Amino acid sequence: MPVSLLWAVDVYGRVYGLSTVGQQWDQCRDAQMEFKRVTAAQECCWGIACDNNIYLNVHASDLSIRYQEETYENQRWNPVDGFSERLLPSDRWQWSDVTGLQHQPLDSFQLPSSSWEWEGDWYVDENFEGEPTEKGGWTYAIDFPATYTKDKKWNSCVRRRRWLRYRRYKAMDTWAKIPSQHTTLPDPFSDISCGGWEISEEPRGRLSLWAVSLQGKVWFREGIYHQNPEGASWEEVLLPGEVVQISCGPADLVWAVLWEGQLIVREGISRDCPKGASWAIVESPSSDVGATHVAVGNNVVWVVTKDNKVWFRRGVNSHNPCGSGWISMVGEMIMINVGQNDQVWAISSEDRAVYFRQGVTSSELSGKTWKAITVPRDRDRSQSSLILSLSVFLSAGCFFCGEVRAPSVASDAESDLEKGSADGPGCLVTSTSPDTFVDEDTISHEGDAKAPCAGVALSPSQSGGPLDTQWSNVDLEEAQSQQAQTGAVLDSADTCSLSSVATYTLAMEDPYGGDEHPLWAWVSGGGCSVDSHSQLSWFNSVNTASLVQSVQSMSLSVSPAQTAAWRKQIFEQLSERTRREIDNFKHYEQAIEQSVWVKKGSMQWWRDWKPHKWIDVHFALEQFSGPEGNKDGILFIYYNYYEEKKYLHAFINEVTILVPVLNDSKHTFAIYTPERTKQRWPIRLAAATELEMHDWLALLSVSCCDSRGIQGPPSKQAIWSITCKGDIFVSEPSPGIEAVPYPTPCDQMFWRQVGGHLRIVECNSVGIVWGIGFDHTAWIYTGGYGGGLFQGLASSTDNIYTQTDVKSVYIYENQRWNPVTGYTNRGLPTDRYMWSDASGLHECTRANTKPPSPQWTWVSEWAIDYSVSGGTDREGWQYAADFPASYHGYKTMKDFVRRRRWARKCKLTTTGPWQEVPPIALSDVTILPCAAQSTVDMVPVWAISNKGDVLCRLGVTALTPAGSSWLHVGTDQPFKSISIGAASQVWAIARDGSAFYRGSVSPQNPAGDCWYHIPSPAKQKLKQVSVGRTSVFTVDENGNLWYRQGVTPSYPQGSSWEHVSNNVRKVSVGPLDQVWIIADKVQGSHSLSCGTVCHRLAVQPMQPKGQSWDYGIGVKKPNMKLSPFFVLILSFPKCNGPTK
Amino acid sequence: IMADDKDVLRDVWFGRIPTCFTLNQDEVTEREAEAYYLLLPRVSYLTLVTDKVKKHFLKVMRTEDVEEMWFEYEGTPLKWHYPIGVLFDLHASNSVLPWSITVHFKNFPDRDLLHCPSSSVIEAHFMSSIKEADALKHKSQVVNDMQKKDHKQLWMGLQNDKFDQFWAMNRKLMEYPTEEGGFRYIPFRIYQAMSDRPFIQKLFRPVSPEGNAYTLGDLLKEMYPAAITNDGEQKRYQVVIHGIEPLLETPLQWLSEHLSHPDNFLHICVVPTPSD
Repeated sequence: MPVSLLWAVDVYGRVYGLSTVGQQWDQCRDAQMEFKRVTAAQECCWGIACDNNIYLNVHASDLSIRYQEETYENQRWNPVDGFSERLLPSDRWQWSDVTGLQHQPLDSFQLPSSSWEWEGDWYVDENFEGEPTEKGGWTYAIDFPATYTKDKKWNSCVRRRRWLRYRRYKAMDTWAKIPSQHTTLPDPFSDISCGGWEISEEPRGRLSLWAVSLQGKVWFREGIYHQNPEGASWEEVLLPGEVVQISCGPADLVWAVLWEGQLIVREGISRDCPKGASWAIVESPSSDVGATHVAVGNNVVWVVTKDNKVWFRRGVNSHNPCGSGWISMVGEMIMINVGQNDQVWAISSEDRAVYFRQGVTSSELSGKTWKAITVPRDRDRSQSSLILSLSVFLSAGCFFCGEVRAPSVASDAESDLEKGSADGPGCLVTSTSPDTFVDEDTISHEGDAKAPCAGVALSPSQSGGPLDTQWSNVDLEEAQSQQAQTGAVLDSADTCSLSSVATYTLAMEDPYGGDEHPLWAWVSGGGCSVDSHSQLSWFNSVNTASLVQSVQSMSLSVSPAQTAAWRKQIFEQLSERTRREIDNFKHYEQAIEQSVWVKKGSMQWWRDWKPHKWIDVHFALEQFSGPEGNKDGILFIYYNYYEEKKYLHAFINEVTILVPVLNDSKHTFAIYTPERTKQRWPIRLAAATELEMHDWLALLSVSCCDSRGIQGPPSKQAIWSITCKGDIFVSEPSPGIEAVPYPTPCDQMFWRQVGGHLRIVECNSVGIVWGIGFDHTAWIYTGGYGGGLFQGLASSTDNIYTQTDVKSVYIYENQRWNPVTGYTNRGLPTDRYMWSDASGLHECTRANTKPPSPQWTWVSEWAIDYSVSGGTDREGWQYAADFPASYHGYKTMKDFVRRRRWARKCKLTTTGPWQEVPPIALSDVTILPCAAQSTVDMVPVWAISNKGDVLCRLGVTALTPAGSSWLHVGTDQPFKSISIGAASQVWAIARDGSAFYRGSVSPQNPAGDCWYHIPSPAKQKLKQVSVGRTSVFTVDENGNLWYRQGVTPSYPQGSSWEHVSNNVRKVSVGPLDQVWIIADKVQGSHSLSCGTVCHRLAVQPMQPKGQSWDYGIGVKKPNMKLSPFFVLILSFPKCNGPTK
Repeated sequence: IMADDKDVLRDVWFGRIPTCFTLNQDEVTEREAEAYYLLLPRVSYLTLVTDKVKKHFLKVMRTEDVEEMWFEYEGTPLKWHYPIGVLFDLHASNSVLPWSITVHFKNFPDRDLLHCPSSSVIEAHFMSSIKEADALKHKSQVVNDMQKKDHKQLWMGLQNDKFDQFWAMNRKLMEYPTEEGGFRYIPFRIYQAMSDRPFIQKLFRPVSPEGNAYTLGDLLKEMYPAAITNDGEQKRYQVVIHGIEPLLETPLQWLSEHLSHPDNFLHICVVPTPSD
C-alpha cells in the first residue's frame, strides 16, 4: 500500500491531511487562509479558499514537472546567401510551430503563471529520429512542407531546426492560486470535484475538474495533465437547472445535485470526450426530501438527503451511469465522499466526525459498517505531550477525567452553529442544506476565531489548540458574550492586543482539556489509496484516558522489538545453554535414532509418453538423514502404464529448481534436475488445491535446501532471477561457476524461491537488491527470506511484508470487412476466432477469460486498450490486409480485417522480503556492481521511470539500500533501458531504439553531465543494454545480441556494434565481464525451450565476447494451455563475482 | 545481524540434557550394572526416550525381577508426564552435569507417578495437552479443523525428533488474527520446586483490554507474586523456561509462540536461587 493522504477541512476552514501510515491529522501548515472545500487526486489536491479563489497543491515528487516548449527555425537557400532567414513570401514564418502555421519567435514564450520557472535557455535539438545530425541540428527538404532528412542533398532548398526550452513547475507542496478568468467567471465558486484519471492514460496524469459557481453554473477545467497541472481554461457546461454540488468519480461517472433536490447524471463521458455530452435527471431518493449531496466512485453513487439520510444507488456502471434504484443506508451524514477503490468517507451529522465505510469490496460495494476515525490532530498531540509534562506537577489523573464530554458538546456546538447561521450577520444562504450553511457560517465567524489566536503570543505553536477548546466546548453565544465581556476580542483581528492574551488565558478555566473531537466540514478521499484490506491505524480510540499508554507504545515503536533487551537476553542465554548442556557432551549417544519420514499425497502428472496428458498419480517424499547427518530424500511418482504399476523417482539433492507454473485452471509446478534440464522436459505436477500445492512446494523446497545445507537469507553473492510468471528465485554461485576452462555447468545451478512478485530484479555484491513489479512499483529487498507460499520455518519472521502487484490480461476482438455490411464479427471459415488471444489460435472471450492463475483476482472491467504499438483509431481498432499481418492505426483501401485489444486488470496479494520504494513507478533499474569499501559508501543506482524519465537514486548504501531521493536527469526523449558498469559507465537505450552514453559520471558527480548519442546497429532498434567491467552488450527488438567494439577508457563510447548471437531475450553482464543471457529456441533432447538461462563460455580479457553458450534451465510449452512458459530474467552481483 | 526468531524454535527443540542413568542399588542383578549415558531431548518425555536405557539394564537383570521401570532423582520420583526439561529445571537446574538419574524396576510409587504401560499412553497425554492448549488459544478451532493424520504428524514429529515435520503442522496452532494481537488465552503452567502442590494453571490473556501486550512479569504478578524480586530485595527465586531465565518484560505472547513445549504449553519453573 503506497503512503497516501486523506484530506479534510474542519469547520474553521483549516485543512488537514491524514496519512495512511499515520496516526494523526496533520494540519496543512502552508495554508495561509481558510478553505471551504478540497478535492484530492493521488498527485494533487484542489481547494476553494475563503477568498473564493481556486488553489492547487501539487504533491512534491522527485520527478519534477517539466514542460517542453519547442519552436522551429526555418530557412531557405538562395544562390546569394546560401541558407538564410530570407524566406519566400509564400513560405511559413521564420520561427514557427511544427506545422508552420503558427508564428512562434523565441521571445513569444511566456511562463503561464508564477508557479513556473525556466530551467535553462533555448537550445538546438541535435537529435533527429534517433540519429545525431550534422552540426547545428538542421534537417533538410526540397520544400515546405515536406519530408526532412538529416543529410543535405543537391536539391535541398529549405531547412529547419528545432529549438527546445524546458519550464519547470515550482509550486510544489504549497497552495498555489489558479489565475482566474475574470472575463468569463463573474461569480465565485462554491463547489469543486476532481476525478476522471481512469478515463485515459494519455496524456499522462490527465484529470477532470468540475466546479460549481454560487449562481449554480457548472464549469469544466480543460487541459489538466501531468505537465500542465493547472489546466488551461474553464469551459461552461450547459445545465437543465441550477446545481449546488457536483461529484466526479475516478472514471466516467459525474453526478450533481440541483437546487430543487433532484440529481443530474452526465452522459457521454468517454476518452475522446471527458466533458460528456448531456445530462439525465434522476429523482431524489425520497419523494418529499430532496438530495443535498452526492458522491460518486467507479461504480457507486452515494447520496445524502436534506434529512441527513444516506442512500446508495444500485446498478450503477459505465453502461448505465444512472443506475437502477435507491437503497436506504444506516447513518446520518452531512456529506459523503467516495475515494479510490470505491471506498467511502463521510461526516456524521451527529458528532461531525469523519467516518470510514468498512467492508467495501468490489462484490459488496455498499460495505458493512461506519467506523469513526478517532486519531487526534497534530496539535492535540502536542497538547497531550504538554499534559504529560504538566501532570508531573499536578496530582495524578486530574486531567483525565472529562473523557466523554466531547461528543455531546460537539453536537451542542453544531446546533448552535445552526442557530448562528439563522441570524448570523454574514449569512448568505437560507437553505437548510447543512453543508452549505456550515461553510458560509464558519467563514463568517472565522474572523472571530482568529482574533484570540493571533493574540496568543506565549505559545504560538499551539495557538490553535486552546482555541478549539473554546469553540467546541463552549456554547457559541456564550463564548461571544464571554469575549464581549473581556472587551478585547470580538469582531475583528485588529482589536486584538496583548492584553487579550492575559484575559484569554485567564478566562479559560482548563485550556488544555477537552476538545478531543475536531468538528469536520469536508473530507476528500480521492488521493487516499486504501481498500477494504488496508491495515489502517486510524480507528483505535485515543482518548485522554489512554494517552499515557499511547505515548508509551509510541516510544516502544521507536526501538524495534528486534533490538529489545528481552530478545537479546533470550538469544544469549540459549547459546549459553547450548554451551553448558550440549557442547561438552557431544560424545553422548542421542536418545532418539533418526529414521525415515515419508509424506504421501495424490497429484496429477503430465505424463512422459504421447499423447501427453494429465494422469492421476501417487506422490511420495521419503526423507532420511544422510551419512554426514545432513538430510536427504527421494521423490517418488507412482503411476499406471497400461495397467502396469510403475514409478519414477528423483533424488532431492539433484533437484535444481521447483517452479510454480502459470495455469488458469490447475495448480501446477515443475521439478527440474540437471538431466531433465538437458532434456528440456521437467516433471510437471498438478495439485488438487492451491493450498496443497503450496504445502508441497514449501516442504520440497525446505528438503532441497536441507539436502544442500542452505538456510537463511541468500548471500550477497547470490544470483537473482525472475520467471515470466513473476516468481523470484536465487541461486548461490558455486566456486567453479567461472572456472576456466571447465566451469560448473549451469544446468547444475540450484535455484530456490523467495516470496514476492516482480517483473525485474537487480542486485549487486553488497546485498543491495531492487525489484520492479508488473505494475511498475519499485521494491527493495529487506534481507529476509521466505514469505509467499513459504510460511513458518521456511520464512524469516522479520522483514516479510505484504506485496501486491497488478497486471493486465489482454484479448483481441477481430473483425473482417465485407462489402455489404462493412466490418462485422462474422469472419471467414478459415479465420481466427472473433475473440482470441494475440496469436489468434485460442478463443478468448470476455466472459470465459480467467485471470492468469487462481492467485489473481479481477480488479477492473474489460476496457478497450488504446496503447497498442502501431497506434489505433478512435475506437481502438487496428487495421491490416489480412490475419495475421502487421497492423496500423488507420484504415486504408487495402485493409480487410481489423482488431482491437481489450485489457482487464487483475491483482495479486502476497508476502515477501520486499518493501516499497514510493512513489515513482519504474520500468528499469540498475545498481553499480562494485563492492563498496564500507557500508556507508554511496552506491550509484539509476532507473527509468515508467514514463521514460532517467533517474539517479541518491543516498543508497549497504545500510540504506532504498536510498533517500531521486535526482531527475534530463533527457530530450523517453528512455527504456539503463545499465551502469563496474567503472560507473552508464549506458541507456532511448525509446527510439538508439543508445546513449552518459559522460563524466563519478562519485563527485553522480548524475554525470551530458548524454552522448550512439546510433543503433543498422536497421535495428535496441531494447536493452547491460554493462560489465569493460564490456557493453545490447539486445535489439529482433532478439540479436550485440557487442560494443572499441570501448577504451579514453573512448568509452566505443566504435561499432558486432553481432554475437540471435534468439536472445535479455542479457546480463557481470563485473568480471561474465555474460549471461536469457535465450529462446534452445534445443533440448526432448523439446525446444524458451527463456533459457545461458552462460557464455571462454570469456577472457583478450576475448570478452566469449566463444559459445552453456545452457541452463528453461522450457518450452508444447501446448499453450497446459504447460509452463518459463523465462528467467537474470541479475547477479557483479563485483566480487561468483568466482570468489 | 540479529538472529531470527525461527532460530529460537530450533534451539528449543534441539535442547538436550546430558544424563547419566544408574541402576538403583537395591535392584537384584546378575552382574554389576554400568551407568548409561544419554543426551535426552528437553521437549520429550522420559518414558518415550529411554528404551535404550531399559534395554541396557535388562541385560544384567533376570526377567522375573523386572516390573515397570521408573526414575528418581535425589529421592524424588520423576513424573514422566512432565517434559524432561521441566523435570530437570525444577529439580536439578543448578546441579552439576550430567544429570544423574536413578533407574528403578520395582516398588513403583503409585501415589506419585502415573503408570505408563506403552507409548500410546504418552501419545494420548501429549495430544490431550495440545487440545487443551488449543481450547485456550483458539476455542479448539484449529485442532478440530485438523485431520487425524495431522494429529499423527505432530505426535510422530515429537516421537522421531523431526523438527520440520512437527513444525510444518504446529505452526497452524501458533497462528492468530493480527488484529487481536495474540491468542485468546495463553496456555501456561507454573511449577514450583520444593512444593507438593501441582502446577498453577489459570486463564490469562496475552493482551490487556487497552491493547497492551502483557509480559512474563504481569503473569507472575498475578499468579505467583512471590517469584518477582522487588527493588531492594535479594533475589529469592529464579523463573526458568527451557533452562534460561527470560527477562520479566518479555511479552507473554512471544514466549507462548517461541518457548512453548511441543504440547503447546508454556512450562514455567520457579526455583529457589542457589544459595552459593
